[in-house]
Amino acid sequence: MPEGKYCNKTPINTPEEVNFLLSDTSGSQYYKEMESLDVDTALLWGTIQKTMKSRLKTWLEICAHCGMCADSCFLYLVNDRDPKQVPAYKIQSTLGEIVKRKGKVDNAFMRHAMEVAWSQCTCCNRCGTYCPHGIDTGIMFGYLRGLLYQQGFVPWEMKIGAGMHRAYRAQMDVTDADFVETFEWMVEEMEEEYAGLTVPVDVENADILYTVNAREVKHYPEDLAEAAVLFHAAGENWTVPSKGWEQTSLAMFAGDWAACKMQVESVYDAMERLKPKRMIGTECGHAHRATVIEGPYWAGRENGLPPVESIHYVEWLAEALREGKLKIDPEKRIKELVTIQDSCNYVRNQGLKNATREIISYIVEPGYFVEMSPNKEHNFCCGGGGGFNGIGVFRKQRNKGLEKKRDQILATGAKLVLAPCHNCWDAIRDLEEEFEIGIRWSFLKPVIIKMLVVPDHMVPEE
Amino acid sequence: MHEFLTGIFFWIAISVCLVGMLVRFVLYFRGLNWQLDRVAYKAHPKAGLKGAWRSIYKWLIPYGTYGWRTQPAMAAAFFCFHIGAVCLPLFLAGHTMFLESKVGFSLFTMSQGLADFLTWLAVGSMVFLILRRIVLPEVRIMTTVYDYFILFIALAPFVSGMMARYQVGSYEFWLNMHIFFGELLLISIPFTKMSHVFLFFASRAQLGMDFGIKRGGMKGTKMAW
Repeated sequence: MPEGKYCNKTPINTPEEVNFLLSDTSGSQYYKEMESLDVDTALLWGTIQKTMKSRLKTWLEICAHCGMCADSCFLYLVNDRDPKQVPAYKIQSTLGEIVKRKGKVDNAFMRHAMEVAWSQCTCCNRCGTYCPHGIDTGIMFGYLRGLLYQQGFVPWEMKIGAGMHRAYRAQMDVTDADFVETFEWMVEEMEEEYAGLTVPVDVENADILYTVNAREVKHYPEDLAEAAVLFHAAGENWTVPSKGWEQTSLAMFAGDWAACKMQVESVYDAMERLKPKRMIGTECGHAHRATVIEGPYWAGRENGLPPVESIHYVEWLAEALREGKLKIDPEKRIKELVTIQDSCNYVRNQGLKNATREIISYIVEPGYFVEMSPNKEHNFCCGGGGGFNGIGVFRKQRNKGLEKKRDQILATGAKLVLAPCHNCWDAIRDLEEEFEIGIRWSFLKPVIIKMLVVPDHMVPEE
Repeated sequence: MHEFLTGIFFWIAISVCLVGMLVRFVLYFRGLNWQLDRVAYKAHPKAGLKGAWRSIYKWLIPYGTYGWRTQPAMAAAFFCFHIGAVCLPLFLAGHTMFLESKVGFSLFTMSQGLADFLTWLAVGSMVFLILRRIVLPEVRIMTTVYDYFILFIALAPFVSGMMARYQVGSYEFWLNMHIFFGELLLISIPFTKMSHVFLFFASRAQLGMDFGIKRGGMKGTKMAW
């Protein structure tokens, strides 16, 4: 059976199709149908011939089988150094095999490749920094995910997630109206506490265009209000777009490159429509990776840059504190052991290691900040990246993966973990639920607001 | 046999090696694709070059990267082998004399004492690397017959050279074997994993450009390899 009712090679594009796939609880029918899904070997090999160039081909050929990547991978380490978890082995036995066999692989092989691609790699890119040849297996797994998605061998939640972006231009079923209304409502709720608080919508030529993660609208609306409070306190001329407001990309985790393009273009269109000086994203790692780092390439932008200068939230926060736009009450700084989670997507993969540490220098009493080990570009994945947090059938493997981060946090002795990334935040929340090591975790926005010196223009009139 | 090995076969081997290396090196860079690789190579050449250079030289320094420092024994074996493997073919007296007789010029000649030391170091490291490949599960799982074949191609010139140098058995026989294996190594460079001789630089340059342009270089931070 080439195509199932739930499991097939066709992307889902409309809210109705999304709901239909969602109705298959936990994807049980979906995975059953996957067991009979045909492999279009001609399409597979044809795609590889068109899209696998020097870099990937050489990476697969030049691997010296030296095993130096093994210790670099948190999944290898937490899984008792199982040799099958060596990054080079993982990719050579999947993508490498597909190439060797010129695409002539069967259904069982593809289902195995799916398991490896989504439960044995989070695409954190750490292995690439430990290989003498510079072979980035994380990138290759991203490429493999694209091939698997094209063939329909993709985890249920990832297929839905990509479909969400196609149907809603957001990672969840949140419409443009939902976004604007929720933002405005949250701001109204805080009006009594902070005078003059607004959420400017669709203002042209503003200094800042702010984009968010759709889960903030649905599940963490206080985050939206906090963003407004901080921009307002800093006296920023900011706005949100009523269309193109969502920065994330489950499509990237799914390997749905066409949907990735559609998603980032909705944000770039907003930039071109409203012409802000800069775009600032919320505290999310993969959103920044998708929209600012990889996005320009999906959108065909040859200079590799979005239409306007785009920075991560931590870069704005560091700048605002540095320039005195946000003032911290020194009495209210953090006075307990605290550590920071260096997220792969904007620390290893965009070098923003110093922005977060600069913020810490303002908000933590000296002597209370403890670094994780390793840290910065060499930090381990939170355990939940690349979609791992969200895939039900791989929950056990994900929970095992959390042990590395658990151990890193325990070693710091800190009870508070700052995690300016939605995926890392979730992973750390889940690791506390799983292991009960007695930690708290937080985004930066609520922490900053607690210690903010509220400027006069925001103090409500008595 | 000796005339053949030092005559026409030498010229074939060296030409195949140099031309093959050049062709593959050029084809590698021509096969890079800014959109598929997602790296704006041409748009930011300076950032790319800085990243490429850094990515290469950091890894050429013993213990110069986190990768080397977290694997100290492997790093030691790697450098002890490669220093000999690179310097001996270029600067050993027998080789420089041969080159001078063939092309009229030669490179610097190292002392016999140093040459002996580097040779034993290289062979000892090679034995360690072979043992490592057999003993460590994370390396064993990746290992195929092809890997041993490559090790053989790399080791054979050393062993046969040493047999000649220490005059074990027939000097003429081992000298011819050494020349044959050396030329076999040269020919293998463009066509096997020996291509890492030049593709290491190409591959590291590519990743360096990636980090230099896209993954932090243009944010003013240098990737701490």
